[in-house]
This record gives sequence, structure tokens and C-alpha cells, in this order.
Amino acid sequence: MNETYFLSLLIFSPLLGMILLAFVPKEQEQTIKWLGVLGTLPSLILALFAFSQYLGGYDLNRLAEKHAWIQFGKFAFLSSSTFTVDYELTVDGLGLVMMVLTALLATLAAIASIHIKKEWKGYFMLFLLLEIGMLGVFAAGNLILFFIFFELTLVPMFFLIGKWGYFEKERAAYSYLIYNGIGSAILLLVILILFARTGTSNIALLKEMLHNPQAAAQMIAPISTDLRYGLLIALLVAFGVKLPIVPLHSWMLRVHVQAPPAIVMLHSGVLLKIGAFGLIRFGMGLFPEQFYRLAAVIALLGVINLLYGAFLAFVQEDFKMVLAYSSISHMGIVLIGLGALNEAGIQGAIFQVVSHGLISALLFLLISILYERVQTTQLGHLGGTAKTMPLASGFLLAGAMASLGLPGMSGFISEFMAFLGLFKSAPILAAIGTLGIIMTAVYLLRAVLNITYGKAQSRVAEANVSDIHAIELIPVLILLGCIILIGIYPHILAQPLKAPIQLMMNGLGG
Amino acid sequence: MSWDTLMQYKWGIMTPEWIILGVGIALSLIDLLMPNDKSRRPLGWFAFVGVIVAIVSLVALLPVHTTTILNDSFRLDSFGKAFKLLLLFGAAFVLLLSIDYQPREGMKYYGEFYYLFLTALLGAMVMTSSGDLITLFVGLELLSISSYILAGLRKAHSLSNESALKYVINGGISTAITLFGMSYVFGLTGSTNLKKIGMQLSTLQDSGHQYVLALAFLLLLVGLSFKLSSVPFHMWAPDVYQGAPTPVTAFLSVVSKTAGFVIVLRLFITIFAAAPAQGKDPSSMLLSMQDYIAFLAGATMVIGNVIALKQRNIKRLFAYSSIAHAGYILVGFASMSWVMIDSIWFYLAAYLLMNLGAFAVLQIITDQSGSEDISQFAGLYRRHPLLAVLMGIFILSLAGIPGTAGFIGKVHIFLGAFATDPAHYVLASVMVAATVVSYVYYFGLFTQIFFRPAAVHEPIKLPIGAALVVLICAVGTLVFGVLPGMVYHFLDQFQHFDDFLH
Repeated sequence: MNETYFLSLLIFSPLLGMILLAFVPKEQEQTIKWLGVLGTLPSLILALFAFSQYLGGYDLNRLAEKHAWIQFGKFAFLSSSTFTVDYELTVDGLGLVMMVLTALLATLAAIASIHIKKEWKGYFMLFLLLEIGMLGVFAAGNLILFFIFFELTLVPMFFLIGKWGYFEKERAAYSYLIYNGIGSAILLLVILILFARTGTSNIALLKEMLHNPQAAAQMIAPISTDLRYGLLIALLVAFGVKLPIVPLHSWMLRVHVQAPPAIVMLHSGVLLKIGAFGLIRFGMGLFPEQFYRLAAVIALLGVINLLYGAFLAFVQEDFKMVLAYSSISHMGIVLIGLGALNEAGIQGAIFQVVSHGLISALLFLLISILYERVQTTQLGHLGGTAKTMPLASGFLLAGAMASLGLPGMSGFISEFMAFLGLFKSAPILAAIGTLGIIMTAVYLLRAVLNITYGKAQSRVAEANVSDIHAIELIPVLILLGCIILIGIYPHILAQPLKAPIQLMMNGLGG
Repeated sequence: MSWDTLMQYKWGIMTPEWIILGVGIALSLIDLLMPNDKSRRPLGWFAFVGVIVAIVSLVALLPVHTTTILNDSFRLDSFGKAFKLLLLFGAAFVLLLSIDYQPREGMKYYGEFYYLFLTALLGAMVMTSSGDLITLFVGLELLSISSYILAGLRKAHSLSNESALKYVINGGISTAITLFGMSYVFGLTGSTNLKKIGMQLSTLQDSGHQYVLALAFLLLLVGLSFKLSSVPFHMWAPDVYQGAPTPVTAFLSVVSKTAGFVIVLRLFITIFAAAPAQGKDPSSMLLSMQDYIAFLAGATMVIGNVIALKQRNIKRLFAYSSIAHAGYILVGFASMSWVMIDSIWFYLAAYLLMNLGAFAVLQIITDQSGSEDISQFAGLYRRHPLLAVLMGIFILSLAGIPGTAGFIGKVHIFLGAFATDPAHYVLASVMVAATVVSYVYYFGLFTQIFFRPAAVHEPIKLPIGAALVVLICAVGTLVFGVLPGMVYHFLDQFQHFDDFLH
């Protein structure tokens, strides 16, 4: 099984960029920015290559890697593989889709980082480190490795927010650190309880041990049903911080407002999705019976998220805050889909993860473009951009349309399927939830129409305000292209996800 | 005892101790005969070489089977070998730090530092290998008394004097409590040999006697907490750490603490593990006392981390941080799983690397500026990027972030806490919460180092000794964190210290 290093190469290829960057003098702004963008390309190419091969019928299991790494002591009375943690990478359709999304957004965010004003070298090195962490999360074959990659994102994010952010950046960085620190601490507890009591942290093996009574006999110490509920709820909290689930969301608002927009693209596009990925992979994957029982609660939490985010987005005065609450609202749809517990729901949830990743990245990219020109994101100071920046305004409208779920764009597919799922299993809850969809249209149109066609504001009308540049145009077009592609040809996403979703449904049914 | 029997003992197993003793005596004589105006730096290098030779001799002794001499009062078992290795490496690093140490008030030559340091080290090593209450106590006192003097070495500095006095008084009280506990043990069994005591106590049935033994246990635990700087004897640490010369602080926080855990493990496992008791687990006094240890561990972690939040003086900050780390290690002890000694050894090794590395950076910075305020770290990234990044590694490791030694150490301790049945969920949760609290002050250091502008711009001078420590510790922290398999492979030869009681 060890003949391939493809996944390692994919995950760690940004390291190459980091090493090259280390040798560039820190004053050479252009070289550093170019290297930063180029550093993200190898993983994007590899991810796209793997994706196309997979669409062509390649068996992803052949990419799995495994190398001996740690053994926490050899004990005569235990089998030799007990308490070992191997370096093992494996990927399925879901993981691969997420990796493609991550690699794509990383490249685009690197391009969007041209607006970074200082210390480019440190910025891009941390940026690439962050990318390694994010890519690794989706390919980790055991829980400990997952956690290590998960935490690998924590430190670079702390620096990227705290050093390159806006006015209240340090507070935002601390808020990020503490909330996510608590989240990952809880996650670590869950992981280590499973590891200590079963003797393994391999995800596939854990599934087997938790469900097959024969394999369960090899456990070091029993895992009772109560403990399983406890572990699942702990997972819900741990990933709920990341997602975020209301009321664990306040850190995420600060990060959205204070972090540099290029980082928010990644944060909102990928890091929040790790929460959803974790819930699907571990919550649903390891504890399906308990998840089944808690599904109604999860759907309810989803509806609360959806409505809470939508109503608060409506009253915000800062466009970034509108989008931050919009993210909360959209993550509610992920929970709704998961809580529906049927194929349509889960597919909707995963679609929403990908689609929202693209859409929020697009919107924050446009925010950074706007901010560069008018130095504000307050709705009161923005207005009439359609005159001075017709192209940017057009893209902003398109992004808003995608976000509110206009048919023909990716947002529509995911919302439609998630609600289709929930209407099947909990019609009343779903009916209440649709209110959120309407609110989404209301708050997005309020904000975006105000910006584009509202009363012209002095800052916007100034002569030196230019429209979107060619280099900014590339990422915008790519993102919009992907959004429309998924919207009109959802099969491109549905096909790779088919097998993993089927597997999950089997687990839930059993 | 005739000369012949004396010569029959295998004195060779004490080679590392002999070397340290010899070098210590030689240094004291040289210091006496040396002219007063000569620098004592060569003495430091001599002591360093002596410690390195002792390490080599210890490595040569590693394959030797468990041997005991002097009526089982000195034993070379895998426990002794493994922990002595930690002590010696810690001592070597501290000596490297001390060679370039220059206190501000201009105390130029201090040869006494080196031989007092070596006697302290000798005391710790004797404790590690002792199989008798007498040797254990003599080792403990040798370590303590030498440390008292070391803490007060800066004679012209009022804080140093205060620190030495506080250390003596607290140490005296704790020693008295320890000795009182030992006297009960001796009274119940009539022996000072640990193995004999253990055997005697395993047949202890009288509930009154068990009650006395439990009292002895608690007295010993409280008394020895002084050396661990854990609750309830943690109060001395901040003052002493602040006042003592920086290399001595480093010694107290790493080597002396390691010695404290050595005596705790040695004493409690041999004496109390087999003694029957009443209460939760009647088969073993040690297990029935688990809750008390767990309580002290929890209190230590919480107090250490919470008070550290408010510290502005960097040495006080590290004092509270070291209290907190003692708490983490106590969690490993309180879990009493079969990975207990392994996990404690690993954590102490990781702690040695990351803490001594941090102390080396701390010494470089504070020596140069003369101030110990946390703001001295401001803009370190601008002044010396490499040093800032290496300090970053130590801090990340102390905070327990993956990729560093501290993370693997914590994982191993958690593993012990969860692998037992019933598992220690509450204690582990406290530890996790305490860790998150510690993020605040560790990352507070980060904001100083990386975000704040520098107050002073003069370039940082790197003394060779301290620079060497920083470099070795940083490499070690990363190797322990990324390739811990190598370390565990090394640890395998001790077979989980199963010759502890034989």
C-alpha cells in the first residue's frame, strides 16, 4: 500500500513555497507575492488531477498511505498494534471534494492577498502553513492526525488575524484563540477517550470496533451507551464552535470583521466547513445510532441558526457583519440537512458546505476590492457603486443572488435539497425554516441594493475610485464560474459524493 | 563491616555519582587555591565536562541488570537509570546557562556556584537510586541545603536574599512534615528499607494501623509537594524564582522538580502500593488515596494557571507556569495507570527541553536589559527573528500545541487518565480547561514577541552557552514532538520499569 506518496505530496506541497520564501529578502514585495501565489498552485493542480481521475473511475483507496509513527509503549499483555498512531492518509469522495475546494480557495485567496500592506514574507509563510493544516484535515486517516492538522490551523490563524487584521485585531485573535482552544480541547478529550479505551485511533477501525460486537471484544475498556451520547454531544460542541452553532458564534463575528479579507475568504470558505466535515465524518460516522436519536435536536439547532443569523443580518450597519451573520444563517442549512437524516438532506448539507464556501469567498473577495477603494464597509458610507464601479457592482449582485439561492446557481441546489430532506422528516420545522430563506433574500437585497444603487455617497463618488483590475478579475470570475457550474450541472458534485453518502446512509440505517 | 565485605560490593554501579562527587571536590579545592582576581569561567566548563562524562558512564551502565549494593540501600534499576539521565541532561544545560550568567550588580567570580550545584545534583542522583529511607532523606537534604545557598548566591541583591530565606523556611517546614510522615512508617514497620517496609505493610490488617499509615501518606504527600512546587507547598516558588539567579531558577524549575517526582514515585509506589486499606479500593493504600492526589493535582493546575494570567514579571510568570506543569504531571501520577511512569518520564523530558530552552532565552533577554518585565520581550521578532521563532517553539510546546514535545507529553498523560477503569474524566477535564487558560498567558507572550514594536533596538548578544542550550532544546522539542517514536523506542529498553520492586 505504500507505493504512493500522492496525498502527502498534495498536502505538504505548500512547504516548498515556504522554503523558497525563506530565502527571499523581506523587502522584495513582488517576488514574495508571486511566490506566495505559486506556492499554492502545486496542491491545486494535484487536487484537480486527483478529482478528474476520480470522476473517470479511479479507486481512491489506492491513494491511501501508511507509515509507522508513534507507539505509546509496548506491553506484553496487549497486541502489538495497540496504542500505535501511524501516519496514515486516506481520502474518499467527500474528502477529495473538500480538498479541491481548499486548494482552489487557497490559490484565489493568495491572489486576493495583493492588498496586504506589510510584512509579506511572514504573511505568506503563515498562509501556506495554514493551507497545509486545512488540506491535511480532510485526508487524515486517524483521529490524532486529524487533530494535529486541525490544531495546525490554529496558530497561523492567530497570527494572521492578530498581525494583519484591522483596528481591533488583537482582540479578535484572542477571541478566536480562546473559543477554538476550548473547542479543540473538547475534541482532544473525545479523541483520547476513544483512543485510550479502544487502543486505536484509526477511523475505519474505530467504526468497526464501535459497531461490531466481535471487534468490540478487543477494546481495552468498555464504551457504554451513555458514554457514546456524551462523546457525541461533546463532538457537537467542539465542532459547533467551529461551524459555528448559535450561541457559540461570537468569536466568528469578530474574526469576520477584523481579519484581513483574504484570510476571511479561507476562514469562511474552509475553516468553518471543517466543523461541518467533522460532524459528518465523526459525529455521524462513529455514533450513527446516537446521531439518529439526536437528529431532531440538530435540525432544531439548524433552524435556530438559520433564523437567528437571518434576522440579525437584517439590522447590521456594516456589510461585513451582514455577511458574518449570513454565514451563521447558511451554516444552519448544513445542520438542517444533517438533521433530516435522509439522502436528500445529507446531500444538501454537503452541497451547502461547498457552495457556501465558494459564495462567501466571492463576497469577501468583493469586500476587499471595495474596501481598497473606499476604505469603509459601513452601509451608510457605501452607495451608488454602480456608477463608479459597474463591474464590481455587477459581481456583487451576482454573489448576492447566489447566496440567496437563485435557481441556476449553487446556493439554490443545496438549499432546495436540504429543505426537501427536512420536509420529509419534520415538515413543521421545515415550514418554520423557510421563513429564513425569505429573510435571506430580504437582508441581502437590502444591503447589496443599498451599496450598488443606493444614494451616491461622497467616498464612492470620488474620481480616483477605479473599477475592478484584471488581476482581481481572475479570482472573481473563477469563483462565479464554479458557482454557476454547480448550479446548472450539479452532477459534477453529486457523482463524487454518491458513494460516501451511500455509506453514511447504510450506517444510519443499521 | 570488614574491609573485605566492603570491597565485594559492585561500586561500579555508582560511577556517575563518583564522577560528580570527584569533580565537586576538585572544584572546591581549585576554587580555594585560585587567586581571587582570576575568572571562574573555566571552572564552569570543568563542571560541564564532568557532567558529560557522568552521562557517558551512565549510558555505559544502561545494559547492566538491576543491581543493589549496601544492603539494598543503593539500587541501580531501570527507574534509576532513566530518571538519572534526565537529571544529568538538565544539569548539563543549566551549567551551560550559568557559564555566561552575569548578574547586574557586578558579582564577578562565583566559584561556589559550581560545586554547590554539583552537590545538589549528587543529592538528586542519590535519591533516584536509593532503596532506603535514610539514603532517600540524605539525598533530599543534600539537594535542598545546596539549593538554599544557591538561591541566595547574589549576596548584594535584596530579592535574592529574600528568596533564599523564604526557601529555607518553607523547606524546613516541609522537611519536618516529610520526616514526621516517615517516622510513622518506621514506627509501624521497624525498618527503613523500602522493600522490607513494603513487605511488612502488605500484611497490615489492623484498622488503627491503617489509619496511622494513611496519615503518614498524607504527611509525606504534603511534605514532598515542596519539591514539586505543587499545592499546598507552592507559595515559595514565585518569590524564589524571581530572586534567585536565573540559572538557579532554571535548576529549581527542572532538575529539582524532576528529583521531587522521583522521590514521590519511589516512595509511594514501593511503600504504599501493596498496603491494604479501607475506603474506595481496599486492596491498596495507594489506590485508595487516589482522590486526594487528584484533588491536589487539580488545585495545582488551576492555581498555577489562573495566577499566571496576572503576572508582569517574566520569572514569576514562569514560576506559576512551572507550578501548573507540576499539576499536569501529578495527573499522570493520580491516574495510576500502567503507563504512569512512562508518561511521567516523557513529560519530564519534554518539560526539561521546553522549559530550559525558554529559560535560556529569558536569561539572554533579562541579562541584557536588566529588567524582568514582560515588556522586555516586545519586538523580539524585530530584534532577532531566529531567537523569536525558537522562543515561539518553546512557548507552543509549553502550551501543548501539536508538533511539539509538550503535546505528545500531554497526550500520554491523558491516555493514562482514560485507559483506567473507571476513567478520570473530571481530572482530565480540569487539565484540559487549565490548558486552555494557559493559552492566554502563553499567547500573551506571543503578542509581545511578534506584534508589539520593540522598546529598545540594540542588537541582542548571544552568549555561547545560552545559545547552545536554546538550539539543542529547540531541536529536541521538535524531535520529541514530530518523531516521538524514537523516544519511545529508547524507553522500551526499560520495559515499563517493572523491576521497580524487585
